[in-house]
Amino acid sequence: MNHLKTKYYSLIEPVFLPALNLFLALIISSIVIRLIGESPLKALHVIWQGSLGSGEGIGYTLFYTTNYIFTGLAVAIAYHAGLFNIGGEGQAYVGGLGIALAGLFFGALPMWCVVGLGIVLGALFGALWAAVPAWLQAYKGSHIVITTIMFNFIGSSLMTWILVSVLRQAGQQAPESRQFASTAFLPSLKGLFLTCGIDVGQSPVNAALIIALLFAVLVWVLLWRTRFGYALRVVGINPTAARYAGISPASMMFSAMLISGALSGCLGLNELMGSQHRLTLDFPAGAGFIGIAVALMGRNNPVGICVASLLFGILVQGGGELAFEMPHISHALVVVIQGLVILFCGALEQLFKKPLRRLFINEP
Amino acid sequence: MDKSTHALELRGVQKRFGSIYANKSVDLCVSHGSIHGVVGENGAGKSTLMHGITGFYPIDGGEIRVNGKLHVFKSTKDSLAAGIGMVHQHFMLVESLSVLENIVLGVERGFLLKQGLKHARSEITQIIKNYGLEVPLDTKVSELGVGIQQRVEILKALYRGADILILDEPTAVLTPLEVEDLFKFLRNLKHQGKTILLVTHKLKEIMAVTDEVTVMKQGEVVLNVKTSQTSASQLAECMVGRPVLLNIKRTAGNRGEKILRLDQVSLRDSDGVNRLSEVSLDLYAGEIVGVAGVAGNGQSELLGVLSGLDSPSEGKVLCRDKTLSNWIDITHDKNGPSLRRKLGISHVPEDRLKFGVVASMTAEDNIRLGYHGRTKSDSLFTNPDRITEICQSLMNQWDIRPVMPKQPLESFSGGNQQKLVMAREMNAAPRVLLIGQPTRGVDIGAIEIIHKRLLELRDVGVAILLVSVELEEILSLADRILVMNAGRITGEVSSSEASEQGLGLLMAGIAKEGKGDPQ
Amino acid sequence: MMLTYYTFIILLLAATVRVATPLILASFAGLYSERSGVVALGLEGMMLGAAFGSGCAAALYHSAWIGLMVGILVSVFIAFIFSYVCVFKHGNQVVAAIALNICISGLAPTLALAWFNEGNQTPVLTEPNQRFLDISLPFSYLFKKHPFPGLIYSDVISGHSVILYMAMVLVPVSAFILYKTRFGLRIRAVGENPHAADTAGISVKRIRTQAIMISGILSGVAGTYLAIAAGSGFIPDMTAGKGYLALAALIFGNWKPYRALSACLLFAFTDSLATRLQGVDLPVVGVIPVQFIMALPYVITVLLLAGFVARPEPPKSIGIPYIKES
Repeated sequence: MNHLKTKYYSLIEPVFLPALNLFLALIISSIVIRLIGESPLKALHVIWQGSLGSGEGIGYTLFYTTNYIFTGLAVAIAYHAGLFNIGGEGQAYVGGLGIALAGLFFGALPMWCVVGLGIVLGALFGALWAAVPAWLQAYKGSHIVITTIMFNFIGSSLMTWILVSVLRQAGQQAPESRQFASTAFLPSLKGLFLTCGIDVGQSPVNAALIIALLFAVLVWVLLWRTRFGYALRVVGINPTAARYAGISPASMMFSAMLISGALSGCLGLNELMGSQHRLTLDFPAGAGFIGIAVALMGRNNPVGICVASLLFGILVQGGGELAFEMPHISHALVVVIQGLVILFCGALEQLFKKPLRRLFINEP
Repeated sequence: MDKSTHALELRGVQKRFGSIYANKSVDLCVSHGSIHGVVGENGAGKSTLMHGITGFYPIDGGEIRVNGKLHVFKSTKDSLAAGIGMVHQHFMLVESLSVLENIVLGVERGFLLKQGLKHARSEITQIIKNYGLEVPLDTKVSELGVGIQQRVEILKALYRGADILILDEPTAVLTPLEVEDLFKFLRNLKHQGKTILLVTHKLKEIMAVTDEVTVMKQGEVVLNVKTSQTSASQLAECMVGRPVLLNIKRTAGNRGEKILRLDQVSLRDSDGVNRLSEVSLDLYAGEIVGVAGVAGNGQSELLGVLSGLDSPSEGKVLCRDKTLSNWIDITHDKNGPSLRRKLGISHVPEDRLKFGVVASMTAEDNIRLGYHGRTKSDSLFTNPDRITEICQSLMNQWDIRPVMPKQPLESFSGGNQQKLVMAREMNAAPRVLLIGQPTRGVDIGAIEIIHKRLLELRDVGVAILLVSVELEEILSLADRILVMNAGRITGEVSSSEASEQGLGLLMAGIAKEGKGDPQ
Repeated sequence: MMLTYYTFIILLLAATVRVATPLILASFAGLYSERSGVVALGLEGMMLGAAFGSGCAAALYHSAWIGLMVGILVSVFIAFIFSYVCVFKHGNQVVAAIALNICISGLAPTLALAWFNEGNQTPVLTEPNQRFLDISLPFSYLFKKHPFPGLIYSDVISGHSVILYMAMVLVPVSAFILYKTRFGLRIRAVGENPHAADTAGISVKRIRTQAIMISGILSGVAGTYLAIAAGSGFIPDMTAGKGYLALAALIFGNWKPYRALSACLLFAFTDSLATRLQGVDLPVVGVIPVQFIMALPYVITVLLLAGFVARPEPPKSIGIPYIKES
């Protein structure tokens, strides 16, 4: 009898704990909504309707989900190497510059070339933006959290300058680049969804979703089916044992951060090549930070990350509808939920581990 | 003071951790003005009992009486107030603070430090005069040697008015000479009316300095006796529960080629202190070289340099290549450990949890540690089933239980973890095996297997370097013994000539000059 | 000509002191926390929370002092949550700090919108008693009459908000507490070797919580300064990374009070200098784009952390939750 319970526990725990933590985050968010003087249940209903209640809503939800898969994977891979990469926002932003270069100057090439180049340049620029904090942590021991946050600010300033002074179209007010060549437009998934009976309407859900899911598979294989991934995980848990095993913790940490930056850098595939078709100001719009919540909620596992990304896609899309229908509630509420998820899934994840364990496994 | 009451009396003391009873029901009586020994193996419950007596943990059952009065200790403050002071095995000193600040920490006597420090200084100077302890009050603890740090620990307890002093494994880090000093000092304390509880697993010390002995085994007291009425072997038998063979039968080895050499190696740490000074040694195939010495005298650094984890400041490390034709300089390499493994040098580290395993990963993940790299025949991706197979077969060979490769390593006992590390390193068919503290935290059954395997390995021609603080282990396994003191090799003895006394002198840094009285 | 240079320097020094104030307060908040072994990444969130709280209170109660009180209360409340998560529940200090920072960066504008309906900020403070305005120290008008060197007193030393003077008093007081009192000794002991402190009868939990609370109070003053002394109310993300800059200054100062002070002043000086050079045609480089100047403090932080300190010596137990081992 006990043996069965123990077996169930090992299956339930990875799912139940994050769900419980998410539940707590939502409860506290409801309290906040109450504080504002609105009804949490009504808010929940609006969120649900806005995100999954219509074909177009589903489309938008999946569009946002794509963003968070990229940034969530990025945070997760760094986390497995023992590093907390908060710089996803900046890395995604600068990565977007690389993607814009592909879309603006290589339009003469066939689409698969341009998109391929976009992936390469986006990843390269994102990795570059992660390289300095990465090198400083790996070889000088400088606190990566502070340096990546600084690089977020620096990246924002840099990109603002580029958009205002370099790429802005002559005579235009808006700080954005000119439109990409049409070969850089990632195809919409509207047709695909129609075959499943869902009409996604005007939503920008596009082929980047497929790329994101592919990346999720690749990251899983990298971490659990390659020697590199094994070495990376050892470094993240016990760097001293890693050195003993002939692994260089510094070079592993550096590599992990580069890959992390590269993954964030590909965010622009969805936002820029897939939707806006030009480089715009602050296009990541907080996706880098949501990636942190997604990674922690998904327990740094690509499968969990995809699920958590979907959840946050629902929250963001639904949250947008919420801010529209209940103007008293700011867009910033989603940020609060984000923070709470990070708190419960990241810092307090052990909070329920013991009581849950005691429920299933009999220990006197 | 009523002479009939004991200084310290325990009745039925219990302590649980979850479902495990670390102390089952302990009865103990310590007389005034005596030195009372408490012996037992690792895991017998001695340290837990001391934690209970000092209030570090609350006890789950039983009574503690000090001078006849019943006490309930909720924290270390309470036990200190009752006059019980503890000197820990691992010193509880704040390295960046001075000796005076460390002594005064927790009993500063007031919000402003100035007054408290002044008062403490005069009182401590008095204590130093009374008991004959020499300690520099204003030096930072980090700049003091181990022996003096221990005196600071004792001073801490005395300053707080302890009448009962508990010393937990005090001699683990002392040379034999320093041990004698300590005992002299303890006898002095005893004559001035203090009561001392000496917790140790070293029977020779018990016989030398205590008045009464309590033996603990598996959380219980199995013997209470006057020291004069017992012997080391009787105590050993009580501790372990069966007659202990103090000497393993070892046949003479067959020495082969020289395989590994250290040439005048020195290692300076970040403070500029020489941890190794001009060390030279040779390792031959088919020979076990034991390195004896009190912990902290350079043995760990020696293993570090040999295994490639540390780079020497001076000198060379040389290894014969696999065809035995050339000597390769492996002193400075970007990735020392990796190069060593390629050359057939395996390493079982002293601190397995820190260096040798990744405790939260599974057993099969750990069996790959260090050997996870790609060889020419392997594919790009790892094959999980094959790894599980290999792990399972090794677990069967070494009797590692339970045979579940997918269990996290931290769920295995210390002995099984150590066996796994040894299985991994020996499975690589090394030419040289470096091994440190092989039986630390390991139960008796596993110790026998490990010792047997080491001898078997030697017999097939592997060069083995064995570092251990347990002199008995070295004496029973090594063909040749090197002794280290203060970062140097102070002497080399063949196993036939070795004696504990002679080795003790070398460990204290006194060169072998013939048989004389250690004074 | 000399006068223009002199006036320039006076203005620069005055600006330096103003910009340095919140940094110094936050840096010392970090000093207490980190010296006791708790990572001080939460300064940003506590400052922002205090900025919001003080902005609300000053608007509602028309009093800067009530604003200060509320600002401190909010910051201490956040510090309390942090202490609960990290000291009592042994949560990861880095993750918890970032989580709280993100929470507050979202919660403040949300509540501002809901309560005041003026966008995501608190109402602009227009009345003089709603803010900590500049005060003139005694006799400053006398010093103004003799500009050289009188302006040093009248414009650099005098003429700032009361909080700035509080911050200046705070520096020697903090150094004294840390090195000459029992409390300070215990904080340092807990930060270097919590096990040793525990066996000496000191409650590690209590000391760390007290240190975190103090950092809450100081961050509260810093945040209040930003909102109702330097500014006229709360604006979303108004801390703009100052909490992290303050932490970097602390690290650069090797966790010592007077060195951290110097680092804060250095930051503030560079920032003020750069701002004054905005739009100015410099030799060789020409006009530096405004975005580069805005990024300067962050670039300097990275350079500092890149190892211009010989060997940073953080408190040994930093970031590691203290759990009694068996």
